Amino acid sequence: MVVEGIRGDAENFPVGMRVLAVDDDPTCLKLLETLLRKCHYNVTTTNQARVALKMIREKKDRFDLVISDVHMPDMDGFKLLELVGLEMDLPVIMLSANSDPKLVMKGVTHGACDYLVKPIRIEELRNIWQHVIRRKKVDSKNQNRSSNQTKAHPASGEGHGSPLAGNTDQNGKFNRKRKEDDDETEDNDNEYEDNGTQKKPRVVWTIELHRKFVQAVNQLGIEKAVPKRILDMMNVEGLTRENKYRLYLKRISTVATQQANMAAALGVKDSGFMHMGSLDGFGDFRTFSGTRLGNVALSSYPGVMLGRLNSPGNVNMRNLTPSSLVQPTLAQNLSSSINSLGKMNLVLPTSNQTPSLFQGIQPSLEMDQLQHNKGTANFTSINNSRIFRTGSAGAALGSSNSLFNSPMSNPLLLHGNTQQPLSGGRFGNQSAPFTSESFNNGVSDPTNENWQNRVDASKIHPNTLLSAEPFHSQLPLNGLRDNNSSNGTYLQNNPIDLSSGLALPPFEDSREMQCQVGPMGDVQNMAQSWSEQRQGSGIVNQKMDMYTGGRSSSGGSALVQQNGKLVTESIPRSNEDFLFEQPKLPSGLAPQGYDSLDELVNAMIKREQDENGEFAFENYSFGAGM
Amino acid sequence: MERQAAYLRNALFDQGYLDEQFLQLEDLQDETNPHFVEEVVKLFYTDSVRLIQSIELTLKNTPRDFEKLDKIMHQFKGSSTSIGAKKVKKECTQFQEYCNVGNVEGCIREFQEVKQEHAALKRKLEHYFQLAREAR
Repeated sequence: MVVEGIRGDAENFPVGMRVLAVDDDPTCLKLLETLLRKCHYNVTTTNQARVALKMIREKKDRFDLVISDVHMPDMDGFKLLELVGLEMDLPVIMLSANSDPKLVMKGVTHGACDYLVKPIRIEELRNIWQHVIRRKKVDSKNQNRSSNQTKAHPASGEGHGSPLAGNTDQNGKFNRKRKEDDDETEDNDNEYEDNGTQKKPRVVWTIELHRKFVQAVNQLGIEKAVPKRILDMMNVEGLTRENKYRLYLKRISTVATQQANMAAALGVKDSGFMHMGSLDGFGDFRTFSGTRLGNVALSSYPGVMLGRLNSPGNVNMRNLTPSSLVQPTLAQNLSSSINSLGKMNLVLPTSNQTPSLFQGIQPSLEMDQLQHNKGTANFTSINNSRIFRTGSAGAALGSSNSLFNSPMSNPLLLHGNTQQPLSGGRFGNQSAPFTSESFNNGVSDPTNENWQNRVDASKIHPNTLLSAEPFHSQLPLNGLRDNNSSNGTYLQNNPIDLSSGLALPPFEDSREMQCQVGPMGDVQNMAQSWSEQRQGSGIVNQKMDMYTGGRSSSGGSALVQQNGKLVTESIPRSNEDFLFEQPKLPSGLAPQGYDSLDELVNAMIKREQDENGEFAFENYSFGAGM
Repeated sequence: MERQAAYLRNALFDQGYLDEQFLQLEDLQDETNPHFVEEVVKLFYTDSVRLIQSIELTLKNTPRDFEKLDKIMHQFKGSSTSIGAKKVKKECTQFQEYCNVGNVEGCIREFQEVKQEHAALKRKLEHYFQLAREAR
């Protein structure tokens, strides 16, 4: 439809196309303006990047295309490119007198659809409209795919820009998701679209989606595919934000890994571990490459995912290769969470502010959640929800502290979905409306006082992690972490901190992400992948390991080992204390002989309840570890 | 008058002061934009003064900040390229090369060349525009 429309207007299309030209050099700008006018485009000019951004943001579809110089005094052209691409998904063309291939490559990697070298010839400008059409086509295609889901917004180029492929896939996936969860998919769609345009809406959706997701998951049962799809969807979004996420991911990578671990662990635990699913999702994400994936992955892991998201670990997520982890049940959850996370991730990137979000969310979430951590049962459900949360939690956390308050999630938080802990900080940034909730549950655990202490310590570390962008991706992880520890503080620190904060203290070096006991095998994978991400989440992982070890003699050990690895890396020493706690849990849990992480998680949760701080903390650690 | 203007214009091209880019500018000049070329050139000279001053200052500071010099010169070069100032552009490139190897004397010397070419072209173009205006 849209495409047709475009085709129909093709002949006339270039005429009147609205271009925004940005160049600090007045001579060049005037020349560019005249050239563009000669091509019959509708031109607006400015010599300041900030003004340009303002103009673009004022009215989303005010422009069809942006042409910007690379070297500008008030803002780097690439930065502008990133922001525009992420937020608005407008095609951006870079201009420069410098034809250095490195710069051209940089432009490409940051998402520019073309790179022109000065002096520009008018012939070159006559063809730039193709970029607009192309993008619209992709968007519309994606939209069509997701049909139900994405609303047509090709024009606005909502977040479909780069991951065109991804989008379509996602859309398809999304549709599939729909089958599973009609509600969810729809929500996802909405989220998806919204994500492109506004952060806030996304966050909200994620929470809702999360809920839906949980429901869906419960109903649908275990479907690995779903998470993937969801992740894909999320990935897609992430992709566009890739650049941005990348930054975040880097930071969060550690966290992400932790989360992943956590997620893995969580995933193992029970179906509720959507994380697992998310892990898969992550795997998918990975493909997307963006850091986003990491985030997304994180989301899937309710706990684990978080880790991923935050850190550049998103990429790590790949490692997680949820495939193994993907617990069927979790998968669903994860997928949904992933979606949510994905969305959240998306959100996050845009909202570089995440750190703040997290902090806000976390504290609230944590507190509430922690308290709530009621039974494990909730946990699973929460996990799922948390999973979303984690993704969204990142964002949500910040924003939706209220989410946490929901008592239900508490158990989840603890789970290990660690995601929550992650999100605390991280999610907040992103969009995690979800995460906040989930986080709260687990994270806010006041009982986790023990953890808190540790977390605090760890938090301090992570702060650095989270505070930054990495937070985005990390959110999930952070959320997790925070959840455990008094989250309040932790979350704030950074989702990234999760890894650090969680200080999953190398509790178990073996921790390596494998936390997930359940699919131990998977977990391992996860753990490994996590370990990569672990940077921040390392700590979390440890926990996971611990848990796994504790729980299932067989599974747990695997996890534990893995976690240890993960944890050791990222966790800042402060977490060491934390580690101790973790071990505790396993011990406590061990007797239970949980086979899957889920059980562990649950056990943990219970323990938490029993132990109050500990358990909560532990759960958290899972996530964090992840 | 017209012939004189045309003659001067061709000479500028032949002598290498201007390149094809200047032709592009001329192409853009039409009824809706009758003085486009002159406007752009004026804009260039006004703006480039600022850049030249900036380089002067930076050259005076020790130790020489080559990175900054290169950056400013890059901008200056970009502007010059836009109006087709061929000789100026050449000197700019030379200056940047000296910057890259940290040759202070080379930079200072080359900068003089840049200024010279910059001023020479300005004179010639002003003369040309004057002739062109009278010819109209």
